[in-house]
Amino acid sequence: MPKLFELSALDIIEKIKSQEITAEDYINSIIERILRVDKKINAFITLEISKAQEKAREIDRKISRGERVGRLAGVAVAVKDNICTLGIRTTCASRILENFIPPYDATVIERLKHEDAIIIGKTNMDEFAMGSTTETSYFGPTRNPWDLSKVPGGSSGGSAAALIADMATLALGSDTGGSIRCPASYCSVIGLKPTYGLVSRYGLIAYANSLEQIGPLAKSTADCALLLSVIDGYDPRDSTSVNIPLNDFSKGLTGDLRGLRVGLPKEFFGEGVEDSVKRHVWSAIHILESLGAVYEEVSLPSLEYALATYYIIAMSEASSNLARYDGLRYGYRVEHDDADWSRIYARNRRIGFGAEVRRRIMLGTYALSAGYYEQYYLKALKIRTIIRREFEEALKKFDVLVGPTMPLPPFNIGEKIGDPLTLYMCDVLTVPANLTGYPAISIPCGFEGKLPIGLQSISKPFNEDLLLKISFALETNAGFIGRRPEL
Amino acid sequence: MRKQHISKEEVEHVAWLAHIELTEEEKTLFTEQFNRILDFFRKIDEVNTDNVPPTHHVLDLVNVFREDEVGETLPNDSVLINAPKKEGRFFKSPRIV
Repeated sequence: MPKLFELSALDIIEKIKSQEITAEDYINSIIERILRVDKKINAFITLEISKAQEKAREIDRKISRGERVGRLAGVAVAVKDNICTLGIRTTCASRILENFIPPYDATVIERLKHEDAIIIGKTNMDEFAMGSTTETSYFGPTRNPWDLSKVPGGSSGGSAAALIADMATLALGSDTGGSIRCPASYCSVIGLKPTYGLVSRYGLIAYANSLEQIGPLAKSTADCALLLSVIDGYDPRDSTSVNIPLNDFSKGLTGDLRGLRVGLPKEFFGEGVEDSVKRHVWSAIHILESLGAVYEEVSLPSLEYALATYYIIAMSEASSNLARYDGLRYGYRVEHDDADWSRIYARNRRIGFGAEVRRRIMLGTYALSAGYYEQYYLKALKIRTIIRREFEEALKKFDVLVGPTMPLPPFNIGEKIGDPLTLYMCDVLTVPANLTGYPAISIPCGFEGKLPIGLQSISKPFNEDLLLKISFALETNAGFIGRRPEL
Repeated sequence: MRKQHISKEEVEHVAWLAHIELTEEEKTLFTEQFNRILDFFRKIDEVNTDNVPPTHHVLDLVNVFREDEVGETLPNDSVLINAPKKEGRFFKSPRIV
């Protein structure tokens, strides 16, 4: 019999609602698991053990009294530590926010609570979500549960690692340039970046607002669809939230892909992508074909410029967003602050921010400064238009685009962190979906040795249902979703 | 040799603009790293962007307004809860002039 911590969210909810198990027994099984394995992984920055147990007992009481409970009744959700949680420390994995306790909940957290989910803890990440390895965290790196010497991907590395190590049943991440899909690929879970505007960013600590979205990570497609259906939808507190009728994401989970038109961007299978990765993605494409999908190669020539374009825009936005950390209203402030304001401000930020955050703030400041604005920032925004047009064109002919999520399998902790540019190159396949705002998913599609490989699929705005349909088809026919590392 | 895009003095200037103190070693290291990164960024020079409008934002939303009505705001205490230094109902700032 599977242990409670191994079950899917749908199974847990059904068993709790039918009183086959109690929410308290389930949450204790998750907590025991965390206490046993997180020493090796370091997926969590902050745990909420007693609040979680209290919430579980409250749900059990409601059920025994016959009261209505929410759609996520009792389910343990791990939340990335850049999403504000009322009364629970939210650090962005930065020293500058080491002791920050938000006085309000992000909209997605309100929605989780409304559906009786249980927030089990806040997960580790690259500092301010700036990275693809979870190594830049002030609280130390997270380790990949499949091989503790490897990175789990990032920046939502703690969320993905917590899931596959069965320390949570669902998780939230955020994706600015691949930060949900990269760790989903490296940890072998499903991770979805929604269409820009589908999920409220209210309460998400900003890194690059025009690029980022909060999204679900899960161990099954149906769980991923369920979590997305709880967090999506219009929010007047986010001026970029879109007010449209919402899809029923669970409807397309049939495994039937007849007539699905799949485009394979040849730039996604270029020389920078390792052969082992291509091999596994191709096996998955053949599975999609056997289920009725038809595929054809397509070219998106401007993808060559996507990475530089992305980094210029992301850093520019970061330099503006992170100007708020002055150590005045919240955040780190030096003890001896009797020098003048601007020197104290600069000192707070040297000590409070890690090297990568400072690099990005400074490069963004440079790209926006007089004399360089046209050359870097404005030029990048124009190329963003060209890339968008190419995707629009390609997705007239195809329902989805498919390729690898990451150009290489998980690599060693410490291997690339010393060289920022080499590390940036890892994001080459994920950033286009952020530049265009299109929805994208990473789906487990194989293992190279014991290391997971992910397939990425991108579609038109608000076509998350198609991405989940493909995920479900691979889940039932490829057999990689559901495997767990030995811990 | 690769083109020098940014000098150590310019890095110091940007750090000042961004309000980030740097150590001497960091100035040297960042200058070297920034030159490599900017060199990579300049790849975008190859793209012809004549008559292409910039995309600031991927949505077609323009000027999202709401009614100018007073909503609920956070109580004073919870706004001040994270302030490193405070006095009464105020944040306490370092000396400005």
